[in-house]
Amino acid sequence: MDYIYLDNATITKLHKEVINKMITIIENKYALATSQFSHTMGLESKEAYEEARNIIARSIGAESENIIFTSGSTESNNLAIKGYAKASKGGNHLITTSVSERSVLNSMKTLKKEGFDITVLAVDSSGRIKPEELEKVINANTILISFELANHEVGTIENYRSIVNIAKKHNIAIHMDASYGYLEIPINVNELCVDLITLTAHRIHGPSGIGALYIKKGTDIKKLMDGGFNEMNLRAGNESIPLAVGFGRAVELFDKEMDVLHTAKLKKLLISQLNDKIKHISINGDPDNSLNNLLNVTFHKVEGESVALHFDMEGIEVITGSACFSKSLEPSYVLMALYNDHERAHGSITFSFSRYNTKNEILKTADVAKIIVDKLMEISPLKEKK
Amino acid sequence: MTLPYGKKLLEHFKHPHNVGVIKDADAKATEGSPACGDIVTLYLKVDEKTHKIKDIKFESYGCASNIATASVITDLVKGKTIEEAKAITWKKAADELGGLPPIKMHCSVLAVDTLRSAILNYEEIHGLIKDKKPTSRNEILDRIKHVMNPIRGEDIVKTGTVQDVIFEKGNVTVLLNLEEDNQFAANISEEIIEQLQSIWDIKKINIKFTI
Repeated sequence: MDYIYLDNATITKLHKEVINKMITIIENKYALATSQFSHTMGLESKEAYEEARNIIARSIGAESENIIFTSGSTESNNLAIKGYAKASKGGNHLITTSVSERSVLNSMKTLKKEGFDITVLAVDSSGRIKPEELEKVINANTILISFELANHEVGTIENYRSIVNIAKKHNIAIHMDASYGYLEIPINVNELCVDLITLTAHRIHGPSGIGALYIKKGTDIKKLMDGGFNEMNLRAGNESIPLAVGFGRAVELFDKEMDVLHTAKLKKLLISQLNDKIKHISINGDPDNSLNNLLNVTFHKVEGESVALHFDMEGIEVITGSACFSKSLEPSYVLMALYNDHERAHGSITFSFSRYNTKNEILKTADVAKIIVDKLMEISPLKEKK
Repeated sequence: MTLPYGKKLLEHFKHPHNVGVIKDADAKATEGSPACGDIVTLYLKVDEKTHKIKDIKFESYGCASNIATASVITDLVKGKTIEEAKAITWKKAADELGGLPPIKMHCSVLAVDTLRSAILNYEEIHGLIKDKKPTSRNEILDRIKHVMNPIRGEDIVKTGTVQDVIFEKGNVTVLLNLEEDNQFAANISEEIIEQLQSIWDIKKINIKFTI
């Protein structure tokens, strides 16, 4: 079956050129430089690795020495939050939001058990921090605010500049999880005063299993894993040269036309098609200011896992915020935080696009959506009775 | 392809049997809620003399397992007496579908519970119920056995997830061998409350995590 892959917010297909570059590295640059005075093969690998680091640094206006590689956004978030908290010599209060990614929320939970004071801020119905609420919870012991550049489930882009301004006014460090929105939303650390930024490769057609953490010069971080002195003594373990180089190449290949404008058109097309064909739908988050490749929709009165499974049986790959789909049997905590409405969460479907999707795929998806929703509505006890 | 569902389940999901509403139903019941993620409504037509189920239809707001178990239950009970229908277990429904993933066992419990509620509704309407008796601790335990351990696919009493149940003066306390931040803690708590809240002499339900 030819699949229509619309789960690009979870992970994207590798770019062919990324694969080719990684294969070259796997075949040729397998040696590791264990010291700066290592053998030649090791030093050659190191050179390719450092070049990748430099590409990623430049993509946010940073220097190479400010970037460390990790295994992905989960590790970057853990290291940023726990590492910063544990290195802190000042206060012990950290702030995040109720719609942050699980690796952020669970890092905060762990810190709470260890005695840190944690505030999880409620957000508005688009998923953004309310600045006045943030101001209220800041106190003399606040050391870090962690938020997402764009929400991982509904794609709402945070008012990040105003959050950064508030933090700086109070001399509080900022961790920005940019694992969603990286490259689509240009970030330059020379003009946006952020201390820690989480980046990842797998949503920009790079490989899975590699991410990065930007650490502003002078920011103290305590390492979480014991071992050697890799990654500026912050992340022990062998460097993965192929993954890092693949990450670097994916950043180089990012193309505004294909990765932003094309996906924006697909999203717009799907919204208008769904609105035309299906009666009871809601677009979740902030449709006017959200990621161009992510659309979260609720099909009311029908349940999301059934919708997603029907899509799958037609070769269309999507995910849902329904409890039946989740590993914890709980509905999407993001949608619950936004709307406090179980039905809205259970009936939600995330469609996410990439440069590889086409207009025809979107038209087919909308047609199939109409058939599925009609079928499930027919058996739904929530439908309007004739 | 490695979907977690068997062929028979998918067949019932794609083409559910006995779907719809019986307008002049002799009894009906709805179980579940949007909060728990699944809702099933069952309609019954019962022969007054023989107490045989002449017709049954269902509606479902739920996942594939939910739709399929409701569908298969309607097949299982059609033509049976209400006493025979009461004897159908969630395990029987799941087996009939060729098994369910452990995390989905609660769906077949919901379908069976709805059937039992519909039959109870029939019995109440037709004066087949005796007076309300005070609920015993064992009856509460029996209800809690309708909550599944999502990892094992067996009930939480059998899996030892329930440490103890205390029932005093309308207050039930359920002690769970779980950490409060266990992956399934919220789900299991909600399901226990869902099972117990309709019992007439229970006023308050407390869930405590002992680990």
